[in-house]
Amino acid sequence: MTAVSKPQAQSPSPWARLRSSARNHRSITILAGWLIIAVGLPLIVLIPPLSTFQPQSLWIDGFSNAGVFILLAMGLNVVVGLAGLLDLGYAAFFAIGSYVYAFGASPFTATQIPFWPMLLVGALIAATLGLLLGAPTLRLRGDYLAIVTLGFGEIVPAVFLNASSFTKGTNGIGGIYKPTLFGFNFTLENPVPYYITMVAILAVTMVLLYRLQGSRLGRAWMAIREDELAAASSGINTITTKLLAFALGASTAGLAGVFATSKLTFVGPGQFGFQVSFTVLAMVVLGGMGNIWGVATGAFVIYTIQAVLLKELNQFFQAIHAPILQNIDFVQYQYLLYGIALVAMMLLRPEGLFPSSRRREELHVDSEDISDIPPPTEALGQ
Amino acid sequence: MTVNLPRFARPLGIGAVALIVEYLLLGTQQFANALTLGAIYALIALGYTMVYGIVELINFAHGDVFMVGSFLAMWIMTTIFGLTGPVTNLVNLVGLLAIVMLATMVGMGLIGAFIERVAYRPLRHAPRLAPLITAIGVSFILQNIIATAFGPSPVNFPQIVPADKFALMGARIAYLNLFIVIMAVVLMIALQVFIGRTRLGRAMRSTAQDREAAELMGVDINQTIAITFFIAAALAGAGGMVQGLYAGSIKFDLGFFVGLKAFTAAVLGGIGNTTGAAIGGFVIAFVEVYATVIGYTQWSEVAVFTVLILVLVFRPSGLLGQQLGERA
Repeated sequence: MTAVSKPQAQSPSPWARLRSSARNHRSITILAGWLIIAVGLPLIVLIPPLSTFQPQSLWIDGFSNAGVFILLAMGLNVVVGLAGLLDLGYAAFFAIGSYVYAFGASPFTATQIPFWPMLLVGALIAATLGLLLGAPTLRLRGDYLAIVTLGFGEIVPAVFLNASSFTKGTNGIGGIYKPTLFGFNFTLENPVPYYITMVAILAVTMVLLYRLQGSRLGRAWMAIREDELAAASSGINTITTKLLAFALGASTAGLAGVFATSKLTFVGPGQFGFQVSFTVLAMVVLGGMGNIWGVATGAFVIYTIQAVLLKELNQFFQAIHAPILQNIDFVQYQYLLYGIALVAMMLLRPEGLFPSSRRREELHVDSEDISDIPPPTEALGQ
Repeated sequence: MTVNLPRFARPLGIGAVALIVEYLLLGTQQFANALTLGAIYALIALGYTMVYGIVELINFAHGDVFMVGSFLAMWIMTTIFGLTGPVTNLVNLVGLLAIVMLATMVGMGLIGAFIERVAYRPLRHAPRLAPLITAIGVSFILQNIIATAFGPSPVNFPQIVPADKFALMGARIAYLNLFIVIMAVVLMIALQVFIGRTRLGRAMRSTAQDREAAELMGVDINQTIAITFFIAAALAGAGGMVQGLYAGSIKFDLGFFVGLKAFTAAVLGGIGNTTGAAIGGFVIAFVEVYATVIGYTQWSEVAVFTVLILVLVFRPSGLLGQQLGERA
């Protein structure tokens, strides 16, 4: 016993041992990581200059909203990052989840189904619609999926807008019931219960996604992303596999929709425009397609920038009377910035700010124009 | 044993049947509207189909190129020529329309070629996802540049064509409709001649067929692709100008839905097929106008989208296209 463990106990430092045990127990590491984040974030915002921007309760409230986008980004990451399918109408599934909760728990429909089972119901209904949309289109080339989802993303809010006898049209459905847990009522005044719920959802989702990524299905997604023909030749049923990725992404968005609606207590068709799909896509691309932690970080950073820092930047430049900068409304330019960021990232660093190692190798094409076209003799085969 | 029809017989037949059905269902007045709208969609659909044919990229920014085209035409009319109202002198009117259209087309063509050079060419050998994402990025950049420059609310487009109408088979049709349809048909014929008869058109066709083989035969691929983007954007620019004349006001997010409809038209006609794109444009416009006629205006977009899904499910190659499977 001592003879075996002695050389190991001497050479690795405690840090290295922690790292190796983190590698062996990934799920526990993720849960522990989220625990540290959950405790750490509310404390960090007490430090200046962050504490001067807004009070702690507003920060915590903002973190729950950021959590919705982290959830969306992690879901879209399955579709775009792992399976390599471009979904441009992702907000549609978010809308479906939101409306499912609004139908299930609001005075408008006079029903009150508890929040917790609705999380699952919202996810399931979104997944079902994802399957219905994906089944006809996933047989075709990937580009068609992009345009069909783009259309779907516009049509779903249009249906919620026009079918006004069921959805109250533009006015939206208000007064949606907030969650309760064992007699404890969530309120708008206290952001902490929402915050804890969001962190718990995120932690569980992330563990599941990491498990899935390493599973047979996750490897099949990556195989399809990298070479669909080769994947099919290796015995992967590409259509079923792609459909599963699509449905899983949709269900995550449905989950996010239920949570967001229970927190906002209102849902209207204007909340689910193309900007939402686009923002989530920018989060995934900037964070690093395929890397779950990277995508989550990207979503958190972008959400915080757009919700807090852009406003602060305006006030800062106005306060110091910076020559041209004080007249620029940075909030107005956020989508222009996202657009530029998307193009720049694809051209310069397609693997994102926090890349997954596999994705980086795939996306880096070191050839200039034609050098990777095989010479004629090779192309003709032997 | 198949009967050998002339090459143009099938598209001509499908087009004629589509037009007759449309006419019978809509009546003269609405048929004129559908035809005008269809001409605009067709001009944009041509750009989608040409770009897709040659680089296999759905150019998401194309709808926004169309939108920028209408703003460029508006800017030329108001700022350079100082136009605000109708021009009554026929010679002046025709001259102005021709000059503005030419300037818009050239301007948009250059912008289109520039976008290709900056955002798509460096990614020609990257995975498919990469240029699709930059295309979305370009689309947002264009929208936000215009929203910043001209404001987010609708902008009036100078109505330089007088609102006079002429009677035709019991309907009263504006001269503007006539102008739009004639202009679109002329541009489409010119495009067919260019693709079919000129050296550059042959280079485009061969590049679309097999890029490597074309390159080995001495075709300058970069130049050919740049010209394709130039022509696609120029046609969208012409479409943008007549859209402004037809609708009276333009808005920065105009390109999104029009682009989606035009893409549907391109898919319906068989993507990669220029005649198909034109026919598809007229069919989509018909669906939209018909939805309005029967009283479901707000559902017209849903209807067009349903058409897209149905075509993809039952006939993904479109009315005139060849089979397009997933290539590795």
